[in-house]
Amino acid sequence: MFDNFPLWPARASTMAGNVDALYIFLVIVSALMTGLIFVAIVYFAARYRKQEGVLAEQIDGSTPLELTWTIIPFFVFMVIFLWGAVVYFKEHTPPRDATEVYVVAKQWMWKLEHSEGQREINELHVPVGRDVKLIMTSQDVIHSFYVPAFRMKQDVLPGRYTMAWFRATKPGTYHLFCAEYCGTQHSGMIGDIVVMEPAQYEAWTSGSSTGPLSATGEKIFGELGCSTCHRADSQGRGPNLQNVFGKPVELADGRTVMADENYVRECILDPGSRRVKGFQPIMPTFQGLVSEEQVNALVAYVKSLSKAATPGTNTAEAASPSDAASGKAR
Amino acid sequence: MATAAVAPPVERENYLNKHYGAWSWLLTTDHKRIALLYLVSITFFFFIGGLFALLIRLELLTPAGDLVQADTYNKLFTQHGMVMVFFFLIPSIPAVLGNFLVPLMIGAKDLAFPRINLLSWYIYITGGILMLHCMITGGVDTGWTFYTPFSTAFTNTKIVEAGLAIFVVGFSSILTGLNFIVTIHRMRAPGMTWSRLPLFIWAHYATSVIQILGTPVIAITSVLVVAERVLHLGIFDPKLGGDPLLFQHLFWFYSHPAVYIMILPSMGIMSEVIACYSRKRIFGYNFVALSSIAIAVFGFLVWAHHMFVAGISVYAALIFSILSYAVAVPSAVKVFNWTATLYKGSIHYDAPMLYAFGFLGLFTIGGLTGLFLAALGLDVHLTDTYFVIAHFHYIMVGGAVMGYLAGMHFWWPKISGRMYPEMWARLAALIVFIGFNLTFFPQFLLGYVGMPRRYYQYPPEFQVLNVLSTAGATVLGVGYLLPMIYFLWSMRYGKPAPDNPWNAAGLEWKTPSPPTTFNFEQEPVVTWEAYNYEELDAPQHKQEVPVVR
Repeated sequence: MFDNFPLWPARASTMAGNVDALYIFLVIVSALMTGLIFVAIVYFAARYRKQEGVLAEQIDGSTPLELTWTIIPFFVFMVIFLWGAVVYFKEHTPPRDATEVYVVAKQWMWKLEHSEGQREINELHVPVGRDVKLIMTSQDVIHSFYVPAFRMKQDVLPGRYTMAWFRATKPGTYHLFCAEYCGTQHSGMIGDIVVMEPAQYEAWTSGSSTGPLSATGEKIFGELGCSTCHRADSQGRGPNLQNVFGKPVELADGRTVMADENYVRECILDPGSRRVKGFQPIMPTFQGLVSEEQVNALVAYVKSLSKAATPGTNTAEAASPSDAASGKAR
Repeated sequence: MATAAVAPPVERENYLNKHYGAWSWLLTTDHKRIALLYLVSITFFFFIGGLFALLIRLELLTPAGDLVQADTYNKLFTQHGMVMVFFFLIPSIPAVLGNFLVPLMIGAKDLAFPRINLLSWYIYITGGILMLHCMITGGVDTGWTFYTPFSTAFTNTKIVEAGLAIFVVGFSSILTGLNFIVTIHRMRAPGMTWSRLPLFIWAHYATSVIQILGTPVIAITSVLVVAERVLHLGIFDPKLGGDPLLFQHLFWFYSHPAVYIMILPSMGIMSEVIACYSRKRIFGYNFVALSSIAIAVFGFLVWAHHMFVAGISVYAALIFSILSYAVAVPSAVKVFNWTATLYKGSIHYDAPMLYAFGFLGLFTIGGLTGLFLAALGLDVHLTDTYFVIAHFHYIMVGGAVMGYLAGMHFWWPKISGRMYPEMWARLAALIVFIGFNLTFFPQFLLGYVGMPRRYYQYPPEFQVLNVLSTAGATVLGVGYLLPMIYFLWSMRYGKPAPDNPWNAAGLEWKTPSPPTTFNFEQEPVVTWEAYNYEELDAPQHKQEVPVVR
């Protein structure tokens, strides 16, 4: 809107319109309610201003009125609640087959890695119209990934992954802010989301050459000796990781959990808490031996071993060389 | 006859002149003197918190961080929050007006436990000294919410001392609550049934329940934070096997009900002031009383609405969102009842009533913006931005502080025996209202365009709104200084106050201004309903000229 007197952030994602609609509805409801009360107060205060010889009329109350102005607001509130809930559900349901970007937050910068392999600091390049899912963790304290133009915000926690998703609708450069106070340079932990036309984005991606994240993960998998126990032929001391991701896993303590990103991460960093049924508790922990970026790469690799039709899996990796190297019979 | 000359020394004995000397104040058990001890202390901390706010707003005049360093700024907003919440807002009305008025309103000589009352002030002072020392020797920079693991494992500031200060001052709050509950149950004068209680008492009863049940949780949370920081116990830090979200649940389990501790007493004042200056009983007395209790109960069920993007499950978020809408209903009901009280009233525009009008407008806006934040899908965009800051300042400053000022003006004649200058008071009310809106309304806009909280530098396009806000803060500051000046002035030069200058209902007005130490010559026997304005205004009972001394 006005350059120096902004009243509205840019609307640059599919969710932005939904959020704005709810906001506008609430502004209208609030303006009406405030107007009503304001008019009532001003009118009563003027109309019933103290006058010589005129006494106030003692009115105890009116139960019908009380019920009316309790029940009607309650219903209005429930409508707002439901609307807000629907938008929230959408915000928290990443589409299947979204492109995945791994985010590591640290004091005081954002490190991003596309699953195709591009690495960025404080910047995220994405193409218009593509679903992007962020898989985020922090190296230190709680941060929060906030893009006002997308109406998107998600706290980023140490010790676990949190997710967010968006689909950008308008090319441009938009603010990325850290929205959870994290120390000295909290207000300096800002960056840009650069939304490009698809052609431009292709040009940009062809520039980088680190190779897909899952391939990096595969390399680490070998270097750290994971393949010694987690063999593809199921002869190893550890579970075969083919087709594990995205499916339920039965643990030794009887619980069944979903093998999602957080699960894989926990297995690497705290295997004692995730002992799989039928296996000995002999996996060493890699806490302190791997960085967050390395864990991300390993997660991406394990995901790539389960490519067929699992929700949230990145099918953009389908053409990657990791296929042949992972030894799948395909 | 009434001139502005120095009034002759008051000859009649009252609680102020009964004993002289510092020890007679520092060792007093008179609830009225303790209320004044608190008044001085909380005003002192209000200045400190206000000074920090001024520095924050000055820094935010420009997009660059150029007034103070980043670490200093982080300490400023942290300490502004801690001081204002724990050392001003939570004690203010209960410890000053509550302490002064609860016994008077129910016809008692004092609170149930006068010595515990004094103890609670000393505990407050101890906590206050710890906090001051902490701030002077380095301060804290975690935000008043001191989230983990930043507060337990990353910051280098004085967390242990601040945690200790908060732990200590909490007991002051708990003891005040305890005292009020026992007093209200056990010490009402004959005939003062529950349904004849002033709504101020109902509000303080509800507040006291929250203080007793909630405050221990923040005390323990502070202890756990200190334990993790000092002993490296793994409670909140994932690197030690802890859970950062556990901290947030524990913290907000108290800190949400805490905001009801801050607003309920102010709502109690509203009922008294609006009834008096409309000359009629509050519309829907039962519903207003019940709403206070409902707010206290529901207030304990909504804490995780501060955590919608923190990493809780979608299903938990749904539950807390719907409950947050439920807790909004009783507050709305109160506003409607106060507004309806004006209908067919006889409205006076005295300063306390102007503050009450201000409260009604500002609390309505603040409360409505709470609905924005309780809407899950919208909160994702708005949380942790200036929208939240504007929301809670509308309620805590536009609501609680306006109510506090309304109450201070309304009962000043009773407390001090002097009248404040009415025209200056009306002017101050207007300045506060204008300054307040100019300060905080732009912040709603800043929040929606995306300016996060706790930012000391910001993108240039946010500057105009920030400058407006700072301009407003300056005006607001002037508005707050005025009452401090003229209240002090009135203690020496103000007109001596009659027993009941407003011809108001309530037992406190049946005592002299100021009251004697033990309040009532004889224990009153109550045979009338609360807010008996029809009797007070009936022509034959009209008050004559002020009582001759």
